[in-house]
Amino acid sequence: MASRRAVLAATPGLLAVALARPAGASPEAMRQAMREFLGPDAPVPRPGRVRLELPPLVENGNAVPLSVSVESPMTATDRVRSIAVFTERNPLPGVIIAQLGPRAGAARFATRIRLATSQQIVAVAVMGDGSVWSDSAQVVVTLAACVES
Amino acid sequence: MARVLLQVPATARRGEVIEIRALIQHPMETGFRPDASGVVAPRDIIRRFACTWDGETVFSAELHPAIAANPYLSFTALATASGTLEFAWTGDNGFAQTETRRVTVAE
Amino acid sequence: MRRAAALLLLLVAAPARAEERRSGFADMAPATRAMQQDDMANPGMLWVLEGGALWQRPAGAAARSCADCHGDAAASMRGVAARYPAMDPGEGRAVDLAGRIALCQARHQGAEPAPRESQAALALAAYVAHQSRGMPIAPPADAGMDAVRAEGQALYRARRGQLDLSCAQCHDDNAGRRLAGSVIPQGHPTGYPLYRLEWQALGSLQRRLRGCMTGVRAAPPAYGAADLIAIEAYLMARAAGMPLETPAVRP
Repeated sequence: MASRRAVLAATPGLLAVALARPAGASPEAMRQAMREFLGPDAPVPRPGRVRLELPPLVENGNAVPLSVSVESPMTATDRVRSIAVFTERNPLPGVIIAQLGPRAGAARFATRIRLATSQQIVAVAVMGDGSVWSDSAQVVVTLAACVES
Repeated sequence: MARVLLQVPATARRGEVIEIRALIQHPMETGFRPDASGVVAPRDIIRRFACTWDGETVFSAELHPAIAANPYLSFTALATASGTLEFAWTGDNGFAQTETRRVTVAE
Repeated sequence: MRRAAALLLLLVAAPARAEERRSGFADMAPATRAMQQDDMANPGMLWVLEGGALWQRPAGAAARSCADCHGDAAASMRGVAARYPAMDPGEGRAVDLAGRIALCQARHQGAEPAPRESQAALALAAYVAHQSRGMPIAPPADAGMDAVRAEGQALYRARRGQLDLSCAQCHDDNAGRRLAGSVIPQGHPTGYPLYRLEWQALGSLQRRLRGCMTGVRAAPPAYGAADLIAIEAYLMARAAGMPLETPAVRP
């Protein structure tokens, strides 16, 4: 017979369920991760040139489509070097750090991310001239009614 | 071998910016998720993806546990000359997978 | 007279009800619909791809592949998933698509069938069902299946678990209303096996049924149990004519 603990743990929530979050999830942890990515000498990110797109309302945080595009001619001398995405309230703030070569041709990519809860997401782009630009988006993750675990 | 879906145009004109899409089968276990017995499953993720064109980097990315299971990536490449695109995913527990696609670039 | 009027009302109302049937697809957020509709974005297609490879792979004592007997699945499997569950004359019982594939592996390949809900079993079922994408669900006319479907309907209407809820109480009586942030779907099994964002993987209708049952704090039957197949058969009859979407995506 299964232990009481196992049964409780396996019992799905009908009308779920706050996800336990490790203590690391905070706006401060996000700023810290951003500083680590940019390095000590980088300027403060300026809003502009970056366009971060996510649906404003999602029904499940397990696969949220995200795209980032940056205004840039993407020539050998004037291009985006890297783009990073951070979250404010995930267990870890880092999501993805993309490096773009001169062969990228355009500064845009898309992926799907996990969001533990409703929160702010920030994209930061580092240009060839060292300038740093950013955009942010707010996503509401609705509460699922019937989940298995 | 993980299953991979890749969308890469077989041909392109010189100077064209082509769209590339890649989807790979992988659980992207975060390392934060308890299983039915309450034990947290150890992290098992793809940590890195890289796309090169005849060895030259087009796009690469460091992936974190916040990337959704069965990672999806789309990005662009500048078609300058016919060549071979290589796609490489590497991660925890020795995960390594490589795919190649040939692109013919016409004048 | 009153009875005749009531009957007439029922007859008039019945087709309208059929038109009101909605796939869960219709209630999804635009981003989730887009994920299903684009084969390069739909993670379920990874399982279809894997199933296509398994279809070609020789297996078992006979060292025969699915393709050795059935040839090109695009032709031979077209419409097959739309007709399951169906009676298996050899077994004298109803089998669902996963059960049919397992029987085929045991009988004709001399192979140990992949366990239900294993990645290989789901991949092959998804590959076969994908050949019927867009085709209307067409449950077989069969007296044996009528009995199974009646059983399934009774199970669908039976209250169960500590919450004392039947399937019908949510999916007939309250479909379209919201439970927390989610629309309660009508429960039409149009896209199985499907990729559920909650599961972060492909899963079967039986997994969904068992999940619902534990949700109302009832002990679910084991995978492959006759009760689950009966409910599957009833749900497919209830969804008759709706197009198959395999591999669907659901939140």
